Amino acid sequence: MKNQLFVLFLLAASVSASAQTRYMTREGKVSFYSDALLEKIEAHNSKAAGVFETAGGNFQTIVLMKAFMFEKDLMQQHFNENYVESDKFPKATFKGMIDNLSEVDFGKDGEYAVSVSGKMELHGITRNVNAKGKLKVEGTTVTAVSEFLLNPEDYDIKIPKLVRDKIAKEVKVVVDMKMNKIAEDKTEK
Amino acid sequence: MKKAVLVFIFFWFCSVSPAQDVDLLKLLGEEKPETEQVRNAFKSTRVIMGHSTEMLAAGVLDFRILHRFGKINEGAYEMFGLDKASIRLGLDYAISNRFTVGVGRSTTKKETDAFLKTRLLWQTKGAKHFPFALTLVNGMTADGLKWQNPERTNYFSSRLAYYHQLIIARKFSESFTLQIAPTYVHRNLVQLSTQENDIGGLGVGSRLKLTRRIALMIDYFYVPKRGSDEFISPLSVGFDIETGGHVFQLHFTNALGMNERAFIADTAGKWEKGDIHFGFNISRVFTLSTRNRK
Repeated sequence: MKNQLFVLFLLAASVSASAQTRYMTREGKVSFYSDALLEKIEAHNSKAAGVFETAGGNFQTIVLMKAFMFEKDLMQQHFNENYVESDKFPKATFKGMIDNLSEVDFGKDGEYAVSVSGKMELHGITRNVNAKGKLKVEGTTVTAVSEFLLNPEDYDIKIPKLVRDKIAKEVKVVVDMKMNKIAEDKTEK
Repeated sequence: MKKAVLVFIFFWFCSVSPAQDVDLLKLLGEEKPETEQVRNAFKSTRVIMGHSTEMLAAGVLDFRILHRFGKINEGAYEMFGLDKASIRLGLDYAISNRFTVGVGRSTTKKETDAFLKTRLLWQTKGAKHFPFALTLVNGMTADGLKWQNPERTNYFSSRLAYYHQLIIARKFSESFTLQIAPTYVHRNLVQLSTQENDIGGLGVGSRLKLTRRIALMIDYFYVPKRGSDEFISPLSVGFDIETGGHVFQLHFTNALGMNERAFIADTAGKWEKGDIHFGFNISRVFTLSTRNRK
């Protein structure tokens, strides 16, 4: 009985393997940089989760706002309390697709320039976004790298006039997610 | 065997689910809930008069300028109190996230005060839930006035008073925080033999956030009668306004004292008589060191 189950499991796995390959991480890096007249602010998050599926070119991430670390505690406090309101909106998500999937050969190591478009949800607001980036294929890993500008006002994150000179109008976001190939249809426990 | 077939069908279905609009994030499985410290219960380390459960982050220096004007019922000649001012200048520094030390100097009684504030327990949520935060404050004050009777032997210890306070605080929601603070004050020397050296007080402090940057604050200390002393309980009501690295606390109070001994033992004004002082606290923080950040 056990053996039969195992064989069936393998069979099922192999069927899906031909259909799609998935890569995943829980330790992706997302950073942002605000370079304003009076103050430079940067924050780093190394607990971003990401999943990538080669079949449809789907790429989805989830980023916990409270995991962004700032140099100064007060900045972090203000970020969570006054700007992104982490208690109300604990996470940001991105669900998108690689537009030029056919140009990427997952069987061959290398760097592939890609463009990705999809929906980003932040601070309770969902917007269509697209960005240029790279997919680095190395053995059993795929690394998604991208850099784009984000306007906090687009996500209803209000910056009072008083601190206007301390927070950049556009914040640079840098994504660096190294994802490992995962066994098919098996959620990480 | 039936089971095996079911399992097979299950896997097969999983593998052929449409590529479009699939929620890949489900693959990440259930998030493990982490224990999270409940932070930002107050905007400032003081409710108004007394300490709040909030503490500075390691390596942060807080420069505090406290002002209490004269009594509003002094009338137009004193510009409703604005012509007079009593001041406390203070510096607080956080050695670590758990320990803060502070010193201050008040014009009233030329009093110097110093304290050590210790975070005992965090309020937490998530995997490990703990309903309230515990903070301990131990301080002393030294009055600096000239001796009333310089001809007799005076001891420096006579100038001293001590206070010990336990703060039990709970942030009920993003906008509402309540704390109670049993406080004990010991005065080394009192004027009359009928007075008691030890005084007890119970502080009640609360914050109600009105907007992201403005909060309504109430700070009250119940001080019961001791010996021949009939204390007047200090009550302060005001607003916290936060702008970047500053917190402005504007308020009305019947207490002129700006350290624990002073506002618990020496409050003389009565709200019902209009003995109300307008006052403000300004807090400006400087991050001196980021080494101890976790």
